[in-house]
Amino acid sequence: MPQLGETVTEGTVAQWLKRPGDAIEKYEAFVEVSTDKVNAEVPSPVAGIMRELIVKEGETVPTGAPIAVIDEAGSLAEPLPVPVAEPAAPAPAPAFAVADLVPVAVSGNGHASHNGTRVSPAVRRLAREHAIDLAVVRGTGANGRVTASDVIAAAGAPRTAAAPVHAAPMHAAPEPAPAPAVPNAPATLPELIPLTPARRLIAQRMVESKHTAPHAWTMVEVDVTNLWKWRTAAKDAFERETGTKLTLLPFFMHAVAESLRAYPLMNASFREDGIAVHRQIHLGIATAAGGNLVVPVVRDADRLSIRGLALAAGAIIDRARAGKLGVDDLTGGTFTVNNNGANGSVLSAPISCRSRRRAG
Amino acid sequence: MNAISTAITNVEAVRATLHDAMAADDRVLIIGEDVGARGNVFLITKGFLEEFGAQRVIDAPLAEASIVGVAVGMAMQGLRPIAEIQFADFIYPAFSQIVGEAAKTRYRSNGDYTCPLVIRTPYGGGVRGALSHSVSIEALFYHVPGLTILAPSTPRDIKGLLTTAIESDDPVLFLEHKKTYRSVRGEVPAGHFTIPIGKADIKKPGTQLTVVSYGYNVHQALDAAQQLEDENISVEVIDLRSIRPMDKTAILTSVRKTRKLLIIHEDNKFGGIGAEISAMVSEEALFDLDAPIRRLCGPDVPAMGYALPLEEAFMISTERMQHAMRDLARF
Amino acid sequence: MAKTVTARVLTLDRGGLSDEQLVAMFRNMLMQRQLDNRGFQLNRQGKIPFALGSEGHEGLQAGAAMAFVRGSDILVPYYRDLGLVLGVGITPLELLANMFARECDLSAGRQFPNHYTAHARGIVSVSSIIAAHCTHAAGIAYALKYRNESGRVVLCTTGEGSTSQGEWHEAINFSAVHRLPIVFLVENNGYAISTPQSMQMAIDDVADKAPGYGLPGMICDGTDPIATYRTMKVAMDRARSGGGPTLVEAKCYRFLSHSTDDDDRTYRDRELIAEQRKDDPVPKFERVLIDAGILDEAAIAALRAAVLHETNEATDAAEAMPQAPPESMYENVVAGPFEPWLE
Repeated sequence: MPQLGETVTEGTVAQWLKRPGDAIEKYEAFVEVSTDKVNAEVPSPVAGIMRELIVKEGETVPTGAPIAVIDEAGSLAEPLPVPVAEPAAPAPAPAFAVADLVPVAVSGNGHASHNGTRVSPAVRRLAREHAIDLAVVRGTGANGRVTASDVIAAAGAPRTAAAPVHAAPMHAAPEPAPAPAVPNAPATLPELIPLTPARRLIAQRMVESKHTAPHAWTMVEVDVTNLWKWRTAAKDAFERETGTKLTLLPFFMHAVAESLRAYPLMNASFREDGIAVHRQIHLGIATAAGGNLVVPVVRDADRLSIRGLALAAGAIIDRARAGKLGVDDLTGGTFTVNNNGANGSVLSAPISCRSRRRAG
Repeated sequence: MNAISTAITNVEAVRATLHDAMAADDRVLIIGEDVGARGNVFLITKGFLEEFGAQRVIDAPLAEASIVGVAVGMAMQGLRPIAEIQFADFIYPAFSQIVGEAAKTRYRSNGDYTCPLVIRTPYGGGVRGALSHSVSIEALFYHVPGLTILAPSTPRDIKGLLTTAIESDDPVLFLEHKKTYRSVRGEVPAGHFTIPIGKADIKKPGTQLTVVSYGYNVHQALDAAQQLEDENISVEVIDLRSIRPMDKTAILTSVRKTRKLLIIHEDNKFGGIGAEISAMVSEEALFDLDAPIRRLCGPDVPAMGYALPLEEAFMISTERMQHAMRDLARF
Repeated sequence: MAKTVTARVLTLDRGGLSDEQLVAMFRNMLMQRQLDNRGFQLNRQGKIPFALGSEGHEGLQAGAAMAFVRGSDILVPYYRDLGLVLGVGITPLELLANMFARECDLSAGRQFPNHYTAHARGIVSVSSIIAAHCTHAAGIAYALKYRNESGRVVLCTTGEGSTSQGEWHEAINFSAVHRLPIVFLVENNGYAISTPQSMQMAIDDVADKAPGYGLPGMICDGTDPIATYRTMKVAMDRARSGGGPTLVEAKCYRFLSHSTDDDDRTYRDRELIAEQRKDDPVPKFERVLIDAGILDEAAIAALRAAVLHETNEATDAAEAMPQAPPESMYENVVAGPFEPWLE
């Protein structure tokens, strides 16, 4: 049964025009076929004698089904070959490698996430390549997201930009863990406080920083008696008016901001391609919050008055202690201020803590 | 490259290139509405009729299908016609000739016939052109194999690419953003030079995020990126210049460096060229991406209205670009 | 009773054509019908998926081919011009290779049946979009005029249905404005698939559309090759001498369905077709040649046999040819790299 049309799948023998024993010429019509598209006379593909009618008049068969046998002139009596549909080509192989789809193993629950936020493909790949445990990487991206730069930095990869210099954190560097005691009796074993990811990270950073960044310090003695008197006189009224305590911090911030304006080279970062002198003054305030060190940033500190600085610093420190800092609060600092004197010390030697954020 | 260089506007660059091509090769003809006596509605071909004659600068009947169709015939017969569609908004009647005929001539004849045709047209908004003088059409055509689509945004790129288009043996749709005609000025080397089709240009190198754009948006993106330098955000701005074919290497190299991609185009977002770029980058650089691909595009409404607030709402402002760049940098 | 020998040689207005030329036209008509029928036969055998019929157009296509100057004029045909392309230089083997979509087909198996391309022979590549080729024809004619290639003419053919398309109007308008060396030949066979002329236009003569655009319209009997030749000669000569375009309407009848996918029994009377068969151009011209003493029955039988033989040979040869390899799909998209993403 020939295919009489693109979409035709079957045909009906309407009328035989040749009977067994009849002679047929090549291209002579030998049967009339009807389909839902057309009715047509079918010409013979060969010259010969009609031998057998396989399909009855009125019967419907699929295209390709044999309908008659013609003995071709000069050949043995063979049935007409049945056209066979071509097998479909095999589907092409997928273009991606299955290995790319295997999630990276992350310590803990095995899901590719960090602190409940999703991890980008770049982060997953970099973590896998550098064998970094994402659980211990501190994220500097939006909402604390671990960025690709964070992972690269954690891997100790060379940075494209040096970070601003920060003053010492509130806490001293942790001491190395004591050697495990002789296993005599349980009472002699030390109490083990598990390290939080943040604690681990801070320790790692401090050690790293001490080994890689040059540390130098100097001391200048300043008589702030008058400042102290002024502040004592003003603090109550200030607190009544604004609801914020007036500490010495805003005064120091103001002094720092003015100094940085006068000596811009102090408001700079050392980078591979040069010393980047920042155009704005964003002061970070080293703050203890929830057992961690955070350095929230007051932007454009040189544009704020003492009052403005007090309010801004106060607000941001409150947020830090409440754990409500946003990404804007933690990025962009160009210089850090620290007040360890609240703890009663006279002098302290800070360890700079380089930010993992790319300064750009 | 010639050492002598002059600063000209985009529209002057179109004019100069057409003039040079007409003067150099008498197979080059210009056909379109009002290109002769009027010298084109932007005065691009002013004086050409007098200089090159009416046989070569043809004021066509008001019938876009035949402006392109007749040019297809000229091209098949060995001339190098440049057909102008007065505004891209008027190109629709010629769609069959562009997509069904010009793009397929070489293919359906298996190389027996070719179609060295350039179709030039001003597109884009921001000029109070309203619903029928402001559309972007690249998304309708960039889908079609056999077509080349170019959309340069600076005078130098215009001259280099239009020259290449005229010398190409295959049909080219050459898009000129009308808002840049007189507002963008730049140095252009004198004398003949070409820019290869399919090559993007990094208009501003950067490290933190990649912006891919074309046309008028490129200039706005550069302004936005410059301002963000003050915030220590380093943006790389790539000017595609060529919509089809498109420069895969430039885009991927940049995205692998910055890991963040922002695509900006004035054209409607759904099905715009940003969709193809996003798909390609996802397919080829997924594991280099540190943030979802962002597209900042025109709204999915039929066209920008005449009233100023409606036009401004449609067009992408430099401020919005800045916000988008800043957000992505901080992700 | 005296014997009288009836003079059977009638006076024939042969339009200036020699015996050889008249026989050549007849042979073209026979070949057209044979190849045309062969297409349908191959389709009914399930060997080719599609064929178009041109039965009824033999007279006008032979006449038009005779007015075409090979090596100089340019033909921009449509899909029912099997006899016309044969008459201006496409061979039966190329025709069948096209039907079988073989690799050596002029379009390497890409184009539908009856779509040819032969740049060197002046046969232009066209698509299947109705009337899309008409503006191309105008553009080609413009290029000829621009190059001062006087004496060369573009012949653009269509059916009567095409004359409803906007682009057909744009093409003849442009041609008239620029006084181009072009002839638009409309082969009016009364039907556009199933649409009769009365549903296609409000007028009886397509030629009447011409004066509105500023070019002359001529009508001829498309069932008569000599009549068509004479009209076409006038039109082509007018174009050759710088007289501008002409619209020629050759009236004929389409005996078969539009194509092998069409069944005209759904929209045409069998009686009407039978009635039209009286005007079948092939037996009619055969009669003319016999009556003019140019051919006798034996010569005609020999001619038919030769035509059948040539058709069979070409069929067998084309069928045996290889198909286009799938990779060929990527060739000739554009001159350079065609991938949309440039690496």
